[in-house]
Amino acid sequence: MSETYIARSSAIAARMLAGEMMVMNSVDSTFFTLNEVATAIWQAADGATPLREIVRENICGQFEVDPEQAQSDAEQFVTELSSHGILLVSDHPLAPEAAR
Amino acid sequence: MTLMAEAGQKAFNLGVPLAVHMDVTYRCNERCVHCYLDHDDHGEMSTAEIKGTLSQLADAGVFFLTLSGGEPFLRRDFFEIVEHARQLLFCVKVKTNAVMIGEAEARKLRALAIDTVQISLYSHRAEVHDAITKLPHSFDRTIRGIRFLRDRGLNVTVANVLMTANLADQYGVQKLAAELGVQYTVDPTITPMMDGNMGVLALRIPGTELEEIFRNPALVPNQEEFCAPPAAPTGEDLEGYSCSAGHSFCYISPYGDVFPCVQFPLPSGNVRQRKFLDIWNLSPQLQEVRTIQVKDLPVCSTCSHASSCSRCPGLAYMEGNMRGPSTADCEKSFYRTGVATANMLQQGLAKPRTHAPLVQIQAVATSV
Repeated sequence: MSETYIARSSAIAARMLAGEMMVMNSVDSTFFTLNEVATAIWQAADGATPLREIVRENICGQFEVDPEQAQSDAEQFVTELSSHGILLVSDHPLAPEAAR
Repeated sequence: MTLMAEAGQKAFNLGVPLAVHMDVTYRCNERCVHCYLDHDDHGEMSTAEIKGTLSQLADAGVFFLTLSGGEPFLRRDFFEIVEHARQLLFCVKVKTNAVMIGEAEARKLRALAIDTVQISLYSHRAEVHDAITKLPHSFDRTIRGIRFLRDRGLNVTVANVLMTANLADQYGVQKLAAELGVQYTVDPTITPMMDGNMGVLALRIPGTELEEIFRNPALVPNQEEFCAPPAAPTGEDLEGYSCSAGHSFCYISPYGDVFPCVQFPLPSGNVRQRKFLDIWNLSPQLQEVRTIQVKDLPVCSTCSHASSCSRCPGLAYMEGNMRGPSTADCEKSFYRTGVATANMLQQGLAKPRTHAPLVQIQAVATSV
């Protein structure tokens, strides 16, 4: 089974506000706020850790969620953010673009 | 409410400094007739001091960062500052006259993923623009800079400050912005000089002209709502605050001085002497600003415009009382709606005064 790797784009601005991550794409000024679970995925998006492992370690290990549902939700989240150029997705490891 | 407005409200309620405007220099290559700044360098923060301050701002939760001046590109380290800001993941807006922006600068700004570049443009006619900036050929250079930025795909906004010297040119600038494919914004506010000199206020456009601007659908599309008589203030309105200054926004000068806003020269601390977050949380001045609700304003709380007025506490402060009316905003409220303000009624005026005398401006001299 091929793995999915995710990395944060360098074209974004981001900051935590009261437990939620605000993210803006500077290219089209799309603004998102990520909930606690989405923030955990975002923070773990280092380009080197497979999404499956991020979900297992950072989501299932931290939140009370069904593993299959968590994986499905994570894939949907990744698809949406990548469509806005906020996350980079690949089937091989990526160099992280953003510093943090 | 949009997601961004929700985030703004959350920051306001929690007292998080969501947005900061930092002037990195007061030096400028233009000498605009209406400018409120002293352009001499009285000891700007060094590169390290600015970078250190930016790191503190990131830790404090600042998301929106405006870098301006003076002309920020006069700092040789400006790109180093922007690069550091972007490494810290700020949403960065740059305000400039674009005179020094060539293809290389536009390319670098694009690579750094700047959110917006706002550029001052006073007229579509070179002779009028250059007469205001007092820099020969500045119009041509600014337009060239705008084109470089636009061609690189940056979000560009043309800011058209209106005054007596360019009043007739607002449509021309709007049309030029459309031709250039950039955003247009208009601002009729002329701010008193930082040293207390009120001479520039003579450039403010007269109220009757304001009325024409506010009631022009080409400039203000939502006429019916914008010019409607004010709704009676509710209890919730009276419990509210004038603006985000000191609540979720503040201003930092090139010398490290912290103020509630660019237009609110109440010295509240200096980042060279104290950590930003300590100033933000503990400054008695900022704490006082945060306590002032509309109901605490002796005149404005009785005004029919209380729910919709754009009252600026900074301009009120410069008139002598941060709890008092801001005459420039009384004027706007009156000419926008035709309804007299409490400030006018109290003074027995049929029309607002053009501007009020200013009695309280504190220029801050800072030593390292």
